[in-house]
Amino acid sequence: MRRLALSDEVLMRVEKPARYIGNEINSVVKDGERVAVRFVMCFPDVYEIGMSHLGIQILYSMLNEWEDVWCERVYSPWVDLDRIMREQNIPLFALESQEPVKNMDFLGITIQYEMCYTNILQILDLAQIPLMAAERGEDVPIVIGGGPCAYNPEPIADFFDIFYIGEGETQYRALLDCYLANRAQGGTRRDFLKRAAGLPGIYVPQFYEELYHADGTVRGRKKLYEEIPDTITKELVRDVTEVHYPLKPVVPFIKVTQDRVVLEIQRGCIRGCRFCQAGQLYRPVRERDADRLKEYAAAMLENTGHEEISLSSLSSSDYTQLNELLDFLIEDCSRKHVNISLPSLRIDAFSLDVMSKVQDVKKSSLTFAPEAGSQRLRDVINKGLTEEVILKGAALAFEGGWTRVKLYFMLGLPTETEEDIRGIGDLSNKIAAAFFETVPKDKRVNGKVQIVASTSFFIPKPFTPFQWARMCTKEEFLDKAYLTKRGIMEQLNQKSIKYNWHEADASVLEGVFARGDRRVAAVILEAYRRGCLFDSWSEYFHNDIWLQCFADCGLDIGFYTTRERAEDEIFPWDFIDCGVTKEFLLREWKKAQAGTVSPNCRKQCQGCGAGRFGVGRECGGKL
Amino acid sequence: MKVRIKFAKYGAMKFIGHLDMMRYFQKAVRRARIDIRYSEGFSPHQIMSFAAPLGVGIESYGEYMDIEVLSMTSAEDMRLALDRVMAEGVEILSVNVMPDTVKNAMASVAAAAYRIRRKSEDARTAVAYGGEDAGGGAAEGFQIANLNEKLQAFLAQEHILYTKETKKNVLELDLKPGIYELTAEPDGAVRMLVNASSGGNVKPMTVMEQFFVFAGADIPQTACQVIRLETYADMAKEGEAHRFVPLAEMGKYI
Repeated sequence: MRRLALSDEVLMRVEKPARYIGNEINSVVKDGERVAVRFVMCFPDVYEIGMSHLGIQILYSMLNEWEDVWCERVYSPWVDLDRIMREQNIPLFALESQEPVKNMDFLGITIQYEMCYTNILQILDLAQIPLMAAERGEDVPIVIGGGPCAYNPEPIADFFDIFYIGEGETQYRALLDCYLANRAQGGTRRDFLKRAAGLPGIYVPQFYEELYHADGTVRGRKKLYEEIPDTITKELVRDVTEVHYPLKPVVPFIKVTQDRVVLEIQRGCIRGCRFCQAGQLYRPVRERDADRLKEYAAAMLENTGHEEISLSSLSSSDYTQLNELLDFLIEDCSRKHVNISLPSLRIDAFSLDVMSKVQDVKKSSLTFAPEAGSQRLRDVINKGLTEEVILKGAALAFEGGWTRVKLYFMLGLPTETEEDIRGIGDLSNKIAAAFFETVPKDKRVNGKVQIVASTSFFIPKPFTPFQWARMCTKEEFLDKAYLTKRGIMEQLNQKSIKYNWHEADASVLEGVFARGDRRVAAVILEAYRRGCLFDSWSEYFHNDIWLQCFADCGLDIGFYTTRERAEDEIFPWDFIDCGVTKEFLLREWKKAQAGTVSPNCRKQCQGCGAGRFGVGRECGGKL
Repeated sequence: MKVRIKFAKYGAMKFIGHLDMMRYFQKAVRRARIDIRYSEGFSPHQIMSFAAPLGVGIESYGEYMDIEVLSMTSAEDMRLALDRVMAEGVEILSVNVMPDTVKNAMASVAAAAYRIRRKSEDARTAVAYGGEDAGGGAAEGFQIANLNEKLQAFLAQEHILYTKETKKNVLELDLKPGIYELTAEPDGAVRMLVNASSGGNVKPMTVMEQFFVFAGADIPQTACQVIRLETYADMAKEGEAHRFVPLAEMGKYI
């Protein structure tokens, strides 16, 4: 039996010791002496969040399929264990072997949201790895970052040896072979990084320097070696049906956020919503073959014992083989007593029919994401959902027995006016009214309808048409939330409408990180040193410390958030080629300001640039 | 068909709580393709119930759960099928088809036997199974001189009183009626048979704490490993003395 890294005494003292013992069904244990490469994959947040992430399951499974590699997992120790590890100087350990992370060859960190940046430093710190990449010695693991935030890696560039830009399935073998070859030849850490820098999708930040104008904007970049590339092009899977998929995902003992089989049906999105980063980063759209997905579903349910399966994609309704796949799942799952959860479905007669077959209508709620309160603003953000469609969908749903509707909106979108904000209340009210019009009094189950309107604050993200946009200040955000609330209170059906909004402080910080440059790293480091950790958890978010750190580091928050960028400004992330061109994004930014919509990829190609990969049906590819 | 499954839980698995073990077995039953019966209704659930919850940190070689199945080949096939899909540290010890008239495991629990040993310094998740210890056979006894005499003297008291603090008040309770047996094991560990029924459950560490005070031994709770050895039903007829029978064997006594 494996020896655990933590003593019984420690494990009995911390909340949920199961976070730290490994041993889960389908976790992979190999003989550490008999593999050439030891890899640890990390999601820098608490276990229950990290274990819910599909990307790590994919890479974990893929890397472990290779005989010469052992990939393990690690997540952020929660605050209770964090304190004990520091007090007792316990090095961070990998879950499977329970051996220190610092003894591994690679530490891969997936970076899914900006608010985990201090958690990355916690991981490195507890692992006893020098925080600054430049200070790491020969026997320290190579630290790799990946995931959506790696598309603007500059604010955390100092902490990583390598960023892997794009989808993980394609270059890891080449990267590990490069590492093994370098080791066989007795090469140094720097030798390896130089070799790696020549691989597609691989970015070695310490070989580049960011240069600035006097006004603080980026002037350009200087590279240390002539042979390394100026531009890093994202990696993408060409055939998503044939690529590796984790048929034996790890099954956690404790309840995690995503406690189910996840079937990724496609990558990319045809929609082109202008605020959405994922919609641009993962182009072109690539569908998995439905027959293959059926096999996967059966195998994964069998291998995990999960009682629920969920389809994953940015917009499931756009998956062309959806009917076929759902027919199969409904049939197969009801036989096996397995529930189906269907996120990101457009609400129409078809989806309501499917949902009524797989969900308890009385208990479930329907979700619409109009994102903006008025048609004008929805045109600005290119969200194709019209009021008519929403009201029609809601009415159909009410007829079908649903009584709960969730609505998601954003506040602070470019060109937003008070009228647009008041539209949130108006729309919510119209949906409530649709209930009373559609459902006769004697058929109202609880006699009432519940509309929950939630707003988040809009944060401009790199590689979106809104990357030039001005972000609101905290005060502006709060005024907008107040106006939204007042708008809802004025409605006839206000008793049926509940309104939620988020804190604004964390959004401002996220805005800085999202479009930050390399200078922001100093603030992150300083905030971590002063105790900031788990910033995405509101109870652990200390805005006062962050503000002080910006002041002490001499960095102006407004420079990163409220400043509207000139069209020709060089962005810190411009050296990355994610497929869509800056010209396309600028065209979309101008169209947004004019309130002009762009048709989706399936209707008419907008020439975004991702077509040059030659994959995806919409882009003229076969798959 | 009612099936009673006996399992062991040790090593790292002792840190998995009761509710998570239930979730674990729900998934395991699916992986093992057991033709379990589901309840009726819109969200059917497996017909499965556990005998006596085990506290986090306690190991056991006498855990039980009942399930109802629609079909099965043989008890041994089911034992193997389930055992194959277990995580390290959970073992399926036996599977018994029970007569329909048998009371379910949870309602039957009357007593449990425990072994309490000292944790060796470096045997952090030492496995007690078969007397092996990850620490390399380190002593598991409490090194209390004349342990058995002291245990008997402790048990010979008229009352074994202790105070239990709840959220609302402080209760003075007597442990004595709930302790059926208390003996020293040859290696210096302690074995006890205590009430484990829902009405009068006795926690083994509560007994140990009182005993350590009685014996003047300064042993912290964190140095003790509790191991449940068996869970029993009481098959005595009314008015008779206790007749404790392992839950797995209840079918023989009907």
